[in-house]
Amino acid sequence: MKRRQASPEQWNYGQISLSSRIFDTANYIFLFLLCVLMIYPLWYVLCCSFSDPALLMRHSGILLWPLDFSFAGYEKVLNYKQLWNSYVVTIFVVIAGTAMNMLFSILFAFVLSRKGMMWHKLITGLAVFTMYFSGGMIPTYLVVKSVGLYDTVWAMIIPGLISTYNCIILRTAFYGIPDSLEESAKIDGAGDLRVLFTICVPLIVPSIATVALFYAVGHWNSWSAALLYIRDEKLMPLQMVLRALLIQGEAIEVTGGQDLQTELNNMLLKYVVIVVSTIPILCVYPFIQRFFTKGVMIGAVKG
Amino acid sequence: MNKLLTRNSAPAIDLPKKTFRQRVVTDFRKHWVVYAIALLCLSYYFVFRYAPMGGLAIAFKNYRPARGLWGSKWVGFKWFEQFFSSYYFPRLLRNTLTINLMSLLIGSTLPIFLALLLNEVRSSAYKRTVQTVTYMPHFVSLVVACGIVLDILSYDGLFNQILSLFGVQPILFSNVPEYFPWIYVFSDVWQNLGYNSIVYLAALSSINVELFDAAAIDGCNRFQRVWHVTIPGILPTIILLLLMKVGSMMSVGYEKIILLYNDAVLERADVFSSFVYRYGMLGGNYSYSAAVDLFNNVVNILLLVIFNGVSRKISDISLW
Repeated sequence: MKRRQASPEQWNYGQISLSSRIFDTANYIFLFLLCVLMIYPLWYVLCCSFSDPALLMRHSGILLWPLDFSFAGYEKVLNYKQLWNSYVVTIFVVIAGTAMNMLFSILFAFVLSRKGMMWHKLITGLAVFTMYFSGGMIPTYLVVKSVGLYDTVWAMIIPGLISTYNCIILRTAFYGIPDSLEESAKIDGAGDLRVLFTICVPLIVPSIATVALFYAVGHWNSWSAALLYIRDEKLMPLQMVLRALLIQGEAIEVTGGQDLQTELNNMLLKYVVIVVSTIPILCVYPFIQRFFTKGVMIGAVKG
Repeated sequence: MNKLLTRNSAPAIDLPKKTFRQRVVTDFRKHWVVYAIALLCLSYYFVFRYAPMGGLAIAFKNYRPARGLWGSKWVGFKWFEQFFSSYYFPRLLRNTLTINLMSLLIGSTLPIFLALLLNEVRSSAYKRTVQTVTYMPHFVSLVVACGIVLDILSYDGLFNQILSLFGVQPILFSNVPEYFPWIYVFSDVWQNLGYNSIVYLAALSSINVELFDAAAIDGCNRFQRVWHVTIPGILPTIILLLLMKVGSMMSVGYEKIILLYNDAVLERADVFSSFVYRYGMLGGNYSYSAAVDLFNNVVNILLLVIFNGVSRKISDISLW
C-alpha cells in the first residue's frame, strides 16, 4: 500500500473556504514568478547567444527571443581551439577521475562497513577526522608538489581520490544488506573481494549511481585543483578556460578570425561559450535530478 | 552489551581467554583481504590528508622552499602575532561574519518558505515542475553562474538596462564594496534555493498524516494546520541545519569569493580563505598564510564541537 503523503491533495475536509482559494491562487502565481526569475538568466544567455551581435549591442532591456536568429557565434566557436582542448581535458578527468573515485570509494566503504574487524573504529575515526580538519591549502599544495603530481593531469584526480562523505553514503548502503546473504556466500567459499563485487555491489547500485554522479558533476565543475596545481595551458580544464573568459575578461583568440568586429564577436562568443559548456550538463539534468535529490536524503541520514 | 552486537563474538561457552596477540593474529587471518584494502586506501589518507596536517608545521617556521620543511627555522607564533596585529585580521573577520550572517538570515530561511509553499500546492504536476525549474541553476557550474551574475550586473548589463528604463544612472555593481555581500548571498540563493529546499520537503513528507487529520477534526483551518502541525514537524530539521550553519560561521570558501571579487571591493570581499589563496599561492608567503589557514581551521572545528554539543543537549541531534 502506498503511504499517504502529507500533501493537501487529499485534504478534503469539507468545503474549501474562500480564503484558502485566494491563498492557493496567490501561491501558484508567486511560484510561477519565482520560476521565471530563476530561469530567466539562463534564457537570457541562450537568447543572446543566438542573436546578431550588432543588434545585441544596440538592444537595451529584457530579451524574450533572440534578435535576428543567427548561428554566427556558433560557427566562430568551432574554431576556438583552446575551448575544445579544455573540453577534452575535462572529459578525460570526468571519466578517468570518476572511475578511480568509484573504485577506491567502494573499496574503502567496504572496509568501513566491516564492523566485526578489530581496528574498524580506528580506521573509521581516521577517515572521519579529515572531514572536520585539514592541513589547508598551502601544506596540501606542498605535498602535491613534492609527490610529483604538480602540473600533471593527475593533480586534478589523485588529491581528491576519496571523499569521506561519499564513502559514508556507500557504507550506509552496505549496512542495509542483510548479514545472512554474505554469510551464506562465505559458507559457499567466497572470499571478501568476491562477496564485495558479486553480492554487495549489485545490491547497492542506486547508491553507487548517486555517488558516481556526485563525483562526475564535481569533476565537471571543478577548477580549484587546476587553479592551484596546473600551469600548463594544454592541461587547463573547461572551467578554467571559462574563468579566464567570463571572469577575467580575457579576449577570445579564434584562429582565422581576422574580423573588424572583434569586440562585438567577443561579447557574443561569451554567451555562446556559456551555452556550449553548460548544455551537456543541463541535457542530462532531468535524468539525474532524482539521483541528486536521493543523495541529499541519504546525506541527511546520520551515518 | 557490546559483545552481543559484535558479529564475530565468541560463543557463550567459557573458552580460555585469548591474549591480545592471539586475537590480532586471528583477526588478521580472518580479514587479511580487508586489511590489505584498508592499507591501500589509508595510504591515500596519509599522503594527501595527514601529511598536509604535518606540513602545518610551516605555520610555526620560516619556510623557505630552497631549505625544505626540515631545514627551515622555527619561529614560534611569529606569524600568528603578525596576523593578529595587522589590519587584515579585523577586516577578514568582519567580512567572514557578515557574509555568513547574511546567508544565515537570507540563504537559510528562504528554502524553508519555498518548501512550505510547495507543500501547499495541490497539483502534483505543478509542484514537480516548480521543483525541476528551481533546482536547475544548481547544475550550472560555479564559474558560469558567477560569469552570468557579473555579466548581468555589469555597466551595460541587463540589470542596468532595466534600471535605466526607470531613469536610474548605470552603476557598476560589482565594483561597489557595500554591494558585495548582497551579490554573494543572492547569487547563492539563485543557485541553491530549490536544492536546499529538498531536505525540508523530505522532512515534510515524513510528518504523520494522522496529525493533520486530527488537527482538522479539532477545527484547525489550513493556516493553523501549517502553524501547529507542519512547522513543529520540520523544526528538528530546521534546528539541525541552523546549528550546522552557525557551526561553520567562520568559514567561507575561497572559490566563489575569488570569482566575484576584484581589487575595488577587496575591503568588503576578502575573507580568510581568499586571503590565504592570495598571500600564499599568489604571493608565495607560505608560512604566513598557512598560519592564517590553521587559525581559521582551528576556530572552525571549535565552533563545530561547541554547537554540536549544544545541539545534542537541546534536541538530541548530533553530527557524530
